[in-house]
Amino acid sequence: MELSSTHISAYKRLVGFFAVFVALTAAVAVLGVVLGMLGSFIANGGTTLSWQFLTEFPRNSNTEGGIWPALAGTTFLVLLMTILGVPVGTATAVYLTEFAKQDSWFARSVRFAVNTLAGVPSIVFGLFGVGFFIQFMGDGIDSWLGTSSFGDGSLLWSSATLAVLTLPVVIVSVEEALRAVPRDLREASLALGATRWQTITKVVIPNAVTGILTGSILAVGRGAGEVAAILFVGVTYSSEVLPSNVTEKFMHLGYHLFVLSTQSPDVDKTLPLQYATTLVLLGLTFLLNLSAILIRSRLRKR
Amino acid sequence: MSHPFQRSNIRPGEWIAEWSIRLVASVSIIVIFLIFVFVFREAATLFTAKSATNAPAEVSANPSSNDMKPDTYSEEPDVYNPEAEEPSTASGEPGAPGQFIRLSKNPRYPHYYNPDTGLLPDDIDDETAEEVATASGDSGDILSRLSGDTWQPVGETPKFSVLPLITGTLKTTVIAILIGAPLGILAALYVAFFAKPRVREFVKPTIELLAGFPSVVIGFFCLVTVASFIQDITGVSYRLNAMVGGIGLSLAVIPIVFSIAEDALSAVPKTLQEASLALGSTEWQTAYRVMLPAAAPGVFAAVLLGIGRAFGETMIAIMATGNAPLTSLSPFEPARTVAATIGSEMGEVVWGSEHYGVLFFMGVMLFVFSFGLNAITELYVKKRLMKKFQGR
Repeated sequence: MELSSTHISAYKRLVGFFAVFVALTAAVAVLGVVLGMLGSFIANGGTTLSWQFLTEFPRNSNTEGGIWPALAGTTFLVLLMTILGVPVGTATAVYLTEFAKQDSWFARSVRFAVNTLAGVPSIVFGLFGVGFFIQFMGDGIDSWLGTSSFGDGSLLWSSATLAVLTLPVVIVSVEEALRAVPRDLREASLALGATRWQTITKVVIPNAVTGILTGSILAVGRGAGEVAAILFVGVTYSSEVLPSNVTEKFMHLGYHLFVLSTQSPDVDKTLPLQYATTLVLLGLTFLLNLSAILIRSRLRKR
Repeated sequence: MSHPFQRSNIRPGEWIAEWSIRLVASVSIIVIFLIFVFVFREAATLFTAKSATNAPAEVSANPSSNDMKPDTYSEEPDVYNPEAEEPSTASGEPGAPGQFIRLSKNPRYPHYYNPDTGLLPDDIDDETAEEVATASGDSGDILSRLSGDTWQPVGETPKFSVLPLITGTLKTTVIAILIGAPLGILAALYVAFFAKPRVREFVKPTIELLAGFPSVVIGFFCLVTVASFIQDITGVSYRLNAMVGGIGLSLAVIPIVFSIAEDALSAVPKTLQEASLALGSTEWQTAYRVMLPAAAPGVFAAVLLGIGRAFGETMIAIMATGNAPLTSLSPFEPARTVAATIGSEMGEVVWGSEHYGVLFFMGVMLFVFSFGLNAITELYVKKRLMKKFQGR
């Protein structure tokens, strides 16, 4: 301290203190907002949350009762989304890490496309869902099969839209897992006379399976909270029954929260329901993200 | 990663498998291409809609004609589905064979978004339907309705000026970035250079937790908590305004800016830090004057991606901005963003109508803007600036 005070003037020390203080304040402010948000949701929604709330149908035009159809609809949605999206994302990641010459224009285009997809606003995916999945694919299937159930918003088209939206999440995280597989393993496999394809299917992918799982979970976490993309691709604000097949409309936790908090005639009356729904949605996404983080940290240690 | 694989030992079945993997890998490119094609195609109906709206006006002398479909469906579905469409519209009007197809009878959209205009579906009798058709046929020049400064998509003479929407988007985005970028960068600086390891281990994941908040949850928080808070301290007359929306958007921007800036700051070689400290500069001088400039390209990229997130965010904007299409620049007046407009009106619009085309046109705007931002980040920031800063 003695030494520094002779070299640095009081003014400069003040500036230095201020510089560190500003950075600290910013971090504390952000931290405070995050914890404050969580605290407010838990304090206001915790009392309404119950087993009944989770397993009952909404009553009296969404002003009473539970959120069961929304919870079930969200689950169906993300499951179907995972089935549609994860294989494609995994294959893309396998291509990028195992086959691609990093400087080839095709590999660079795939990378550029993945990065671009990650930056496209989710509402644009919603428009894409309407223009491509419903109007082009759905109407096409309808006129081909003579049905009339595909040319409208549905669980299927919502899942497909979300699968496209979460594709970059899957690709990036599976790619990371594949890169974490040691080079030695690949070389040992090849040295034993295995072909490239055998090495990938028998050595690389089994070793990266936790990473693929992480990618799927992260995608599900992202997809479960996404509302804008499915607003007009099949979500509905009220349903008496659970969807019985993929061409039906469904309820969704996030959309349910949106409807309760902005579209219902008496918003204040349902405030406890809104908080409890928020808590469930947040709990769902956090649980998914947390398990992904845990799996990933275990992966990194190994 | 280079390739230890030999080309010579590939079997035919495996060759097929590998090429199918390559094919699947191109899905991302195909999707980008499809977004271009299909969102642009629906937007293009806006400019081809002149013939579509003129057609009913020409045949209006014959009201029993089933071709009379003002503003119900675009011509597109008919192209794909000529059989299924006709019976459904005919069966929609079982007791009234000679009538026009009412706008309200579109099974998908039972009501209009704005009931205040007097054009409630039940009020539309044949005359008004005809007037609407004729009016839109007369003023066929869509460009004249896109100009001006009013966004009033429902009414006898709809006005589709995107000016108030762009104003609202700019307003909320600027507020979000002015709040979010400094907070995110400074918090990253703190975590990267000033925090003790134990503090860092708590602070970093907690801030990154914010990235996992669904935007509808952030929107809800702004709606019930932030809005009341802002009204209490400023006494503004509109509870929901651009400031509340901007704060909400900044909550979405902060985790993006934070994590990318933190990555960039940690990626700066430690030798720079050590050299600076060895030359006698203090920790804060090193952090602000050596490490921050060295990480500038990454921080710049972080802010660009934050902008991309802010202007395209839909749910927060719908829930917290107040949604009034004003051209005012005041941060304490309501605003309506482009994304929020698409989100709230697309569900109620008549598919294939001019309004529908305008909404898709705005989707094209969002897409092109985000595509451009990403291209700048990829091609300019990552390559040129990184090279410049690391090649010194």
